[in-house]
Amino acid sequence: MDQISFVPVLAICIPAVAAVLILIFRNHPMIRESWTILASFATLACVLSMLPLVFSGAEPYAALFQILPGLSISFRADAFALIFALTSSSLWVLNSFYSIGYMQAHHGKNLTRYFFCFSVAISAALGVAFSADLLTMFIFYEILTLSTYPLVVHAESEEARMAGRKYLAYLLTAGIFFLFSVLLTYFLTGGTAFAPGGILTGQGSALLMMILFITFLIGFAKAAWIPLHSWLPSAMVAPTPVSALLHAVAVVKAGVFGIARVVFYIFGIDMVSALGLGLLLASIASFTIIVASMMALTQDNLKKRLAYSTISQLSYILLGVALLTPSGIIAALIHIPFHAFMKITLFFSAGAIIVMTGIENISEMKGIGRKMPITMLMFAIGAIGICGLPPVCGIITKWYLALGAIEAGQLIFLVVILSSSILNVLYFFPIISTAFFEKPDVDTGVHEAPLFMLIPLTITGICSVLLFLFPDWPFLTLVTIAEAIITGSVLP
Amino acid sequence: MIIDHFPVLVVVLPLVGAFVTLLAGWADRRLCFPIAMATTFIQFCISLQILSRVMQTGPLHYNLGNWLPPWGIEYVIDQLNGFVLVVILFLCVLTCLYSYRSIHSEIDEKKIPAFYTVFLLLVTGVCGIAVTGDLFNLYVFLEISSLAAYALVALGREKRSLVSSFTYLVMGSVSACFILLGIGHLYIATGTLNMADLARLLPPLYGSTVIQSAFIFFIIGLSIKTALFPLHLWLPDAYRYSPSAVTVLLASVVSKIGVYALIRILFSVFTPAFIIIEIPVMEVFCWLAAVAIIGGSVLAIAQTDLKRMLAYSSVSQMGYILLGIGIADNLAVTGGILQILNHAVMKGCLFMIAGAFIYTSGIRSIDDLRGIARTMPLTAAAFVIAAASMIGIPPTAGFMSKWFIALGALESGQWIFVLVILASSLLTAIYFWKVIEYMYFRDPGTRCAEVVSTARDPPAGMLVPILILAAACVLFGIFVSIPLEVIEPFVTGILGGI
Repeated sequence: MDQISFVPVLAICIPAVAAVLILIFRNHPMIRESWTILASFATLACVLSMLPLVFSGAEPYAALFQILPGLSISFRADAFALIFALTSSSLWVLNSFYSIGYMQAHHGKNLTRYFFCFSVAISAALGVAFSADLLTMFIFYEILTLSTYPLVVHAESEEARMAGRKYLAYLLTAGIFFLFSVLLTYFLTGGTAFAPGGILTGQGSALLMMILFITFLIGFAKAAWIPLHSWLPSAMVAPTPVSALLHAVAVVKAGVFGIARVVFYIFGIDMVSALGLGLLLASIASFTIIVASMMALTQDNLKKRLAYSTISQLSYILLGVALLTPSGIIAALIHIPFHAFMKITLFFSAGAIIVMTGIENISEMKGIGRKMPITMLMFAIGAIGICGLPPVCGIITKWYLALGAIEAGQLIFLVVILSSSILNVLYFFPIISTAFFEKPDVDTGVHEAPLFMLIPLTITGICSVLLFLFPDWPFLTLVTIAEAIITGSVLP
Repeated sequence: MIIDHFPVLVVVLPLVGAFVTLLAGWADRRLCFPIAMATTFIQFCISLQILSRVMQTGPLHYNLGNWLPPWGIEYVIDQLNGFVLVVILFLCVLTCLYSYRSIHSEIDEKKIPAFYTVFLLLVTGVCGIAVTGDLFNLYVFLEISSLAAYALVALGREKRSLVSSFTYLVMGSVSACFILLGIGHLYIATGTLNMADLARLLPPLYGSTVIQSAFIFFIIGLSIKTALFPLHLWLPDAYRYSPSAVTVLLASVVSKIGVYALIRILFSVFTPAFIIIEIPVMEVFCWLAAVAIIGGSVLAIAQTDLKRMLAYSSVSQMGYILLGIGIADNLAVTGGILQILNHAVMKGCLFMIAGAFIYTSGIRSIDDLRGIARTMPLTAAAFVIAAASMIGIPPTAGFMSKWFIALGALESGQWIFVLVILASSLLTAIYFWKVIEYMYFRDPGTRCAEVVSTARDPPAGMLVPILILAAACVLFGIFVSIPLEVIEPFVTGILGGI
């Protein structure tokens, strides 16, 4: 049930306004950074304020203006959107502190550009979350690509520039496919608004629908499914806070979120399963899960290994979507916040190690666990979670995903999930054992990272555990509401 | 009432202004700019008034010297030319403002009165083309504006300016011959030159080869004027070697008026029934436009000089307008006409920025722009916005015109052109992104490190028009309904029947 409210628009505007203020106060670092902090808290408050409404079954909705009949800029904060929005905005608060600490310790340059682009990117990610139609989503999706490009090339080295070019080459090309899909959808249906159950039913031949589905998939290359993944490991050249929040949460989740939106709200579950497209997506996702995990095994650079792990984990979400069963949907949606909290902990730890020791390769991290015990403990928590072991939230995803595979009667995917867990253990536990149980070659006076970095990473690590203990608040509740809307069942 | 004479005033005013400028320039060179500025600004206000009247009461008819059409010359303003008039005068006002600072550094001091005089003559020509409802009158104004344009190109200080002006003149004259031949054929066959009259008399004659060859002559002549792909060879040099303000005029005013004349002749003198059913010329037209869109972009990628790159990009972007017209579907034509406005704004902005780089640092080559965003932040930011609009990133204006053209192509089942539009967006992104990467993410090259580090944003006289146009790139994207309101009645008027 729609309820006219401009709070979603406000949530998108706060980071955008902060971006402008950051530009204005570019010569006063203290004021500039405080705008980031203030905006992140305000955005979080704004998103949180919508929770009670959504829990009660209402959906804040705002249509700003109409471009053509059936084509408008509109926003809706349904439960589905809030999962992504709440994840991004809550982690942005922590990431802002971490960014400041990281940049101070790293003597970063061009900080105005950095914080400006960061705020714009968050605004765009929220825009993707709250958009109520394809065109609005496309607009923010493109802004997200462009605003993160300066962050990827932040170092301005040749390597960074090459990564930046690759980033744009992949994502802008994908954007073209996305645009084509939006055009075609509008042409077929005369509208692009999301509706549970889909809007494409009976609007074209099966072949056309398959083509459209594939162009949508290519359009959402931000989901980094293989073979459209190679921009993500390259983008790890960016500063660690960027890799942590944008290339593990906001940008890549915008991709999987988009795919989920399109499957559930444009095509509809019935059509996707009737055309066998769910199986196609599930195959792509399974392939990505296994292959990316294997690629992760071969990486010695910690951030690159984490990037391949992200690629593999994103496809968990895609697999959950593709199963098209209630448990599969729950697994997909719940993994958006869960993976975010776990992976950001891992990246935060990696960043702390880079700042304090300059080490980026796993083979050089011998004994680092004794020097930086808290950091590595949190890293271990994140790693355990990704592997799907208790007491961290990752196991909940795996549980629902396995249930979903059984519900769908596709036991092959159960095998995929289990073998992937083994691979996860294989690529994470060597890091932990190197860090804790091997002796360093030379003893250096390394100590824990500054509090600005240590506290955020501790919080995200603890949250990962808390989310296992109390998954209901708020994410699982949101997920069940969203699942009920998508499958059309009665609200619990 | 003076208001009834607005259609003719908009043409007479700059003509008188041109003479006054010439005389005033004799007395004091500093008087030229205010006169030109005041003239164009008043014209702009008049054009707004005309457009609002057209929107309220329908097409305006004005009989010159009270001679009744078809004997006398008639000025007719409907939504299309009302719209085009506003667009070109908006650009003329901004260019005039821009020229105040830029032209001093690019041409000799004593040529300044000549510049403003010829500038106003050019404005006379383009406004005349926009308002007239008489085919021969259109030809006369086309010649006035073309001659003025040749002279303006030749004002550049470099030797090559003269050469490129001469090439332009030769190509322009060839084009004028074709147009004149076309007019002659039509006159022989029908005995009238009034467009409305022609539209009434022509349909029974559509089978005749005279009419068909006249039509082909028009197409070829106007294709040269608008630099459709294989006939574009005069354009890059003319744009490259002109003073900056003149390049802006050529790219966003002169080229647009050529397209307007083409649309007028295609849809108002001939009828859509003729161009779509009798001669399948639109098919050819679409393919040429598609080649222009891709070819222009590919050539633009290869350029090292910023202004030349923008010139080839113009070839590509003009292709969009022609593609929209060629598809001849309601949505596509809407997109094509919308692109007249959008391209004028975007390309005007980009050429002004290229001029600003030349003005503050003398840099023309893309390679030398490294790191210039640090010293010219506002100019560089405007470049990013205009470039995003050229690429067609929403919510900028460029996205909207592409959206409509692509939608029109889908609607008429011509999928291949959708692919062309999308592919060209990528190519456009490649050459614009190269410039953006150089400006923002590279250290100045050794050759011009000093020039780049001492460069500053240009003076307000140049910066203000640049920023206005950059803002317009975004505003016309978000509030696309404003231009659409004007365009749609015209498009349904001409295409509603089929």
